[in-house]
Amino acid sequence: MRTVFNKTLLKIAKKDERIFLVLADIGYGEIEPFAKAFPDRYFNVGVAEQNMTDIACGLAMEGNIAVTYSIANFPTLRCLEQIRNDVCYHNVNVKIVIIGGGLAYGALGVSHQSTEDLAIMRALPDMVVVAPADFTEAEAATYAMVKHPGPVYYRCGYKKEPRLHKGKIDFKIGKAIQARAGGDITLIGTGTITYRVYQAAELLVKDGIQARVLSMHTVKPIDKEAILKAADETRGIITVEEHNIIGGLGGAVAEVLAEGGVGVPFKRIGLPDTYVHIVGSHDWLLDRFGFSPESIAQVAKNLLKCRQ
Amino acid sequence: MDKDEGYRKLAAKIRAHAVMMTNLRHSGHLGSSLSEADLLIVLFEKILRLDSKNSDWPKRDRFILSKGHAAAGVYGIMAEKGFFPKDWLKTYYCDDGKLCGHISHHVPGVEFSTGSLGHGLPVALGMALAAKHTGAKHRIFVLMSDGDCNEGSTWEAIMFAAQHKLDNLIAIVDYNKIQALGKAEEIINLEPFAKKLKDFGWAVKEIDGHNFRQIEQALSVIPFEKSRPSFVIAHTVKGKGIGYLENTVASHYRCVEDEKLSATYKELGVEYEDGI
Repeated sequence: MRTVFNKTLLKIAKKDERIFLVLADIGYGEIEPFAKAFPDRYFNVGVAEQNMTDIACGLAMEGNIAVTYSIANFPTLRCLEQIRNDVCYHNVNVKIVIIGGGLAYGALGVSHQSTEDLAIMRALPDMVVVAPADFTEAEAATYAMVKHPGPVYYRCGYKKEPRLHKGKIDFKIGKAIQARAGGDITLIGTGTITYRVYQAAELLVKDGIQARVLSMHTVKPIDKEAILKAADETRGIITVEEHNIIGGLGGAVAEVLAEGGVGVPFKRIGLPDTYVHIVGSHDWLLDRFGFSPESIAQVAKNLLKCRQ
Repeated sequence: MDKDEGYRKLAAKIRAHAVMMTNLRHSGHLGSSLSEADLLIVLFEKILRLDSKNSDWPKRDRFILSKGHAAAGVYGIMAEKGFFPKDWLKTYYCDDGKLCGHISHHVPGVEFSTGSLGHGLPVALGMALAAKHTGAKHRIFVLMSDGDCNEGSTWEAIMFAAQHKLDNLIAIVDYNKIQALGKAEEIINLEPFAKKLKDFGWAVKEIDGHNFRQIEQALSVIPFEKSRPSFVIAHTVKGKGIGYLENTVASHYRCVEDEKLSATYKELGVEYEDGI
């Protein structure tokens, strides 16, 4: 997905001279085409994420669109105050892109796991939070991110994620995309984990359950309409996110449901509120922490049973 | 009249404004506003290319107060220069007031909001790069504190500025040598400050930050050296102008109490009947 992002950004930058790419010495094998095409709009600030963010902010203060890019928590938590006080408070056109959300860099250890980003980023005023599910969404999200005036946080996958959407999509910030129709239960995913959510929905068919799958690629602003519609039309809602169970997609959906006054069985699937120090590959860790399609399907069956 | 008389009178007024503003709601950071006052006078009177009636003028110099806690000093000179009504000074820190304690871009003419140290110089880099990119001739000024130079982000910016030869960037440190909990040399000693900055690739001038001639001369030709960012170490006195506050840590926290107000205005040499 990161390759899709970088290629798309390059394509946009060819037409839009306001685009700058500001890096903190991360991006090997991906960012070189941009650096070569636009040496005067490309800066590697060295290993200095606070400086990266504020340079981007200064560029954006002057009417440009500045993209910061790094892996996991480096461009977010390391420079959170720069994002808050400088980027968000001044509401400037800085786009913060991370590669490898959740446990994508699992075996590298906790420092490289971005598992609180959705909660923290969505708490910042004026920040838009997007997490595309597949290549198609990643490309569309890149265009949407540039078009949106103001700060955007973009959680990007890092490898060849499977395709969720078969055909064309209508990607709009703040509007969920239905990846599968269904009237029994609604499974909501965000980011690359959504493919596993889709697989879970396919497994549920043999139990006679038709699950609706929503790709909630925008965690903020959250699509209240799609959530309340799901609450009205299906018998349960489950959120699935590669993120701490606290404050991310599940939290955002819970807020909508609670304030919407709808009583629908609801369950969040996420990482437990602890650090993942167990060593393993991305896929192995996902299975280990309850994100296998089978586990997700089981949670769905249990939720529907509670209802009966 | 000595040619600095105008500067001196305005500086006394700015100090008096800061005394009044901090006294209003018993707020702090007076000492920091007093130490920077003479630098601000020369900057706003002589050096910065600004238009108070058109504060978004694209060709304006950019001025960032990185030591955002010393906002009272900047608000005072900006009111005097007509960026906003002088009446606003009386609303500093007040309920529904126009001016908050740390500098805010919601005030006309203020380029950037700060308050947490170590943000001003890195943001200025982006502005300097943007100007270089378009060939614009305006300069980017950052007024910093010694506390600012404790922050790692400031040193990230110092390294980057030299690497990219940002000679449209000017950093000025209001080097009053007292920070929040004591003397800078006992907390994080910046010395040998000038040598460090030169070794980091900046062109450096050291001046008396209360000497108008020296301030003006230092800033009259920018850059100091072609292809190098410029750094002014301005030696100042925290609390300058009010004897009992000078060189005290307390001046970072305390305002002038009501009973000392008239004596203080007298010491500054201003008549300050109604506060403005």
